[in-house]
Amino acid sequence: MSPGGTDTAVDLDASAYALRLGDDALVLGQRLCEWAARSPELEEDVALLNIALDLLGAARLLLSRAGELEGAGRDEDDLAFLRNEPEFRCGLLFEAANGDFGQTLARQLLVSAYQVPLWHALGSSTDEVIAGVAGKAVKEAVYHLDHARSWVVRLGDGTDESHRRVQAGLEEVWPYTSELFERDALLDRLVARGVAADPDLLLPVWEATVGEVLAEATLEVPQTTWRPTGGRSGRHLTGFGYLLAEMQHLHRSHPGATW
Amino acid sequence: MTAPPAPPTAAQVRTVLAEVTDPEIPVITIDELGILRGVDVQGGHVVVTITPTYSGCPAMQEIEADVRSALSGRGWDDVEVRSVLSPAWTTDWMSDAGREKLRAYGIAPPERRPAGPVLVALGRPRLVCPQCGSADTEELTRFASTSCKSLWRCRSCREPFDHFKAH
Repeated sequence: MSPGGTDTAVDLDASAYALRLGDDALVLGQRLCEWAARSPELEEDVALLNIALDLLGAARLLLSRAGELEGAGRDEDDLAFLRNEPEFRCGLLFEAANGDFGQTLARQLLVSAYQVPLWHALGSSTDEVIAGVAGKAVKEAVYHLDHARSWVVRLGDGTDESHRRVQAGLEEVWPYTSELFERDALLDRLVARGVAADPDLLLPVWEATVGEVLAEATLEVPQTTWRPTGGRSGRHLTGFGYLLAEMQHLHRSHPGATW
Repeated sequence: MTAPPAPPTAAQVRTVLAEVTDPEIPVITIDELGILRGVDVQGGHVVVTITPTYSGCPAMQEIEADVRSALSGRGWDDVEVRSVLSPAWTTDWMSDAGREKLRAYGIAPPERRPAGPVLVALGRPRLVCPQCGSADTEELTRFASTSCKSLWRCRSCREPFDHFKAH
């Protein structure tokens, strides 16, 4: 039951873009799964894994689309399980370590405040599969944003200790946000064709959302000038290899295994 | 040898599929839920189109298998099940009969919502307890036993209940 057909025309630019979107969703979904049975309360276990499930669902469709547009016969499983670190195109924010609960929710706020306008814009992408995925994902991202916002406000405007820890978590992941709004030659071509969302239009929406939530949470906007980058070209954080090892080892150790 | 069954009409297929229920909420059919999007018969070839509720809904494969099984039971095996994403599923497609069945089953049905794109989070809806009818209810968690539901509690009868989220 894959979207699109087998006669899809090869489009390497659109494939590369679908891969970026799919890797973002897949890798953050995998990160969130680390909270299974470790959350502060049962409801949070369920919530974080529900968010992970939404992301995984989007990732499957986007990786399938990337494979179709690539035209080399790779399917979603090949792309998820048989690539090595430098072949992944996720942004650094999506792979950043969970840290404590506050840091995970701070990261989710920064991600979801980006994905809501991203999916909204991509709902009118000229790639019909990306548009279809986005039309569903935007509704889900609104829930994710609402959830992250309520926790960041509760922790930030909570006790001295919860405030201190969520501010520290925010400082930890904040540097990875500038990469979300970088332009490169691929994006220039795809924005011109109406396939990709224009990062210049996403940035002010993101800043407004995040600024509003942090103000309500009595948290400071981090003032760092460090702007690490590299995820889109396959240069990842140290922890990424461990994430892939856990995600891929079964498929690689037992090719074709079913149960 | 028995003769192969005559090819069905689309109406016959719809009648059979009207009995296929959601694997997670067995009181409501996939038609009432709004995820059965189309039936087309060309010659003996049956094409059933369904759409997922949420992107990661793990019930989709189960639903496909249930559709095939229901049609196979009538001898119709030349069946293709297609999954389409667009237009995106919305709880506005849920029928009134479906909503009433949810309520009777103990799940608060989704409220109807205004048309248009969703850019800001919705305020918390005011829900009526499907067990006792009280409006004195509160949300416990936005994410519950399945992607499509949230968990609530009634402050009058003290019972928890699921809410099918407006989506």
